[in-house]
Formats: sequence, structure tokens, C-alpha cells
Amino acid sequence: MMSWLFAGLLGLSFLFGLLNGRMDAVSTAAVSDCAGAVTLTIQLAGVMCLWSGLMRIAQASGLTDKLSRLFGPLIRFLFRGLPAQSPAAKAIVMNLTANLLGLGNAATPLGIAAMKELEQIAPEKGTASDHMAMLVVLNTASLQLIPTTTAALRLANGSAAPMEILPAVWLASGVSICAGVFMAKILSRSYNRRVGRHG
Amino acid sequence: MDRISDFILPAVIICIVGYGFIKKAPVFDLFLEGAKEGLCTSVQILPALVALMTAVGMIKASGALDSFTYALRPVAALLHLPQEVLPLALLRPISGSGALVIFQDILRQYGPDSLIGRIASVMQGSTETTFYTIAVYYGATKVQKTRHTLPAALTADLVGFLMSALAVRLLLP
Repeated sequence: MMSWLFAGLLGLSFLFGLLNGRMDAVSTAAVSDCAGAVTLTIQLAGVMCLWSGLMRIAQASGLTDKLSRLFGPLIRFLFRGLPAQSPAAKAIVMNLTANLLGLGNAATPLGIAAMKELEQIAPEKGTASDHMAMLVVLNTASLQLIPTTTAALRLANGSAAPMEILPAVWLASGVSICAGVFMAKILSRSYNRRVGRHG
Repeated sequence: MDRISDFILPAVIICIVGYGFIKKAPVFDLFLEGAKEGLCTSVQILPALVALMTAVGMIKASGALDSFTYALRPVAALLHLPQEVLPLALLRPISGSGALVIFQDILRQYGPDSLIGRIASVMQGSTETTFYTIAVYYGATKVQKTRHTLPAALTADLVGFLMSALAVRLLLP
């Protein structure tokens, strides 16, 4: 799937660069944006270290156990068959908590930690398990309770009530998350029947 | 509002370290152990990020999104989505920083409290950068077959966009 995406994006950019006469811009972007990925990784590395370190403390001190008990029912529904006290479940709980609090920078390293735990218990190596797909789908949806960046930009542009969008944001993201979870549950079955032929 | 969000991050950090300290855990050594792992993870996701960011940068530069926006105008009209927010909906899943720039433009041009400004705000606030998340999360693993991840995530995005317009019309008359 990622190969299709990668090849598709590159193919489309060549085609439209040609049609729109913007090949020079495409060429510049190819050189500057791959370097941008390195800059981003270096910036991310600090946060990654910070939260991986904090995660280790939270695990060793038993804080994650408490949180995972709180999230137990939700985890059991979303990740059916995953033991609530497994390292993977604890990492997922930390990831979801960070998302809810709007700590996007923290959610990524915690989510990656959860992915690595899930990979170890995945039934088939090299293929995403249902749990891995569910975790990624949850993270591609917005779980943030208060969209601070959006509200700050609204305020900066002279909004009379930057927070008035909150109920609408909750409704839209709630329905969107439900749709994602629903699709993940439904599609996992149809993809199960054809294991080995999908990428 | 800004003040509450300023408190969250330091409070969470202090809670985690403080709790560990009270429980007599060797907080500093544990932190270093975890941080070392975090550094390895960063290096691990770099190749996936280079691939995706190069592809996204090239497609942004090619003007393909303008062409798609133009082509999708009838569809948007059918779904009661103002066409002014289409560029945002197209860019939001693939580029976080790109979406932020377009969002800024919409707010400046139409005003944050206009219908278009509100719908754009709800879109921006209720969705995430799907492709980046998929690249980073799977980039850290050895998974090649992502199965139903992308279709499910994109469905959630599409529903989120349509719901943004609907929610604004329902809740913010």
C-alpha cells in the first residue's frame, strides 16, 4: 500500500508538473524537502528522547498500570484479545492519553513504542496486525479535546470567539473517529480472508 | 485558554517524574535508558520520512492540488461543502505544515467567524495529518503490508470533512 502511495504521488507530481509547466518548482522541492525530512527528524529526536525517557519512568513506577486500568474497557473494545496488562496495552494507553491532552509531540513517540510492542506479538511478520492498524487509524484521527493551535490561529486573525468551534469540533471528530474504527473493524475481516496478497 | 494549555505539558512531566520519585524509582537512570531508545527510533523513522516528505513536497510544487480543487468543485457543491475549503481538505491528510498555511490564508481572507472560516477551523481542529502518521508509525516497524490501514484512515478523514460542514451548520447558526 505504501509503495502504491509513494509511486502514485511521484507519478502525479511529474504529470502535473509537466501539465502546469512547473517542473522547476518540482525539481527544487525534490531536493529541498528530502533535506527537510532530516531537519524534522533532528527536531523530533529531542522530543522522542524526552517522552521515551518519561515513558520508561511511568512504566517502572507503576503509573501506566493505573492508567491502563482506567482505560481498560475502551482498550478491550478497540483491541479485542489484547491483554490489558501487556506492555503493548500500556503503551497504547499512554499514547491515547497524550492525544487527549493535546500533547501531539508526546503522542508520536509513545505511539511508536506501542507499535513496536504490537509488532512483537503480531501473528504474521511484515504484515500489520488488526491491532496495529487500529492504533494507526486512531492516531490519524484527531482525539485532541481542545485544538489549541487552531484556536490560537483564530484568535490571531481577530475571531470574536475562538473557542466557539469546540462543540462542532467534538461532533466532527467524534463521528470521524467512529467511522475510522468501524471501517477498521469491518475491513480487517475482508483483508483477513485474502492475507498475503495485499500490500 | 492559552494559559491552561501552557500548564498541561509541564504538569504532565512533573507528575510522571514526581510519581516515580515518590515510588523510589531511579528516575534519572530510567530516563536515560528510555531516551537512548528514543534516539534509535528517530533514526529508524528517518528513511520513511524522507520518502514521504519528498513525494509530498513534489506534489505540492507541481500544482496538482489546484487542478484537483478545480475538478472537485461539482462534487463539493453536491456535498454542500464550500469550494473555498477544498484546498484545505485536499492538503490536510498529506501535509500538516502545508494545511496550516492554507488555513491561515482562509482565516485572513474570509475572517474566522464567517461560515467558510468556521468550517475551515472545524476541519483543521478535527482531523490529523494521516499520511505522516502512517509513514512514521509503520516506518518504525518492519511492516510492509499495511492492509486496511490507509482505506480506514482515509474514510475517517472524508467523514471528518463532511461532518465539519454539517456540524458548523447545525451548531453554529
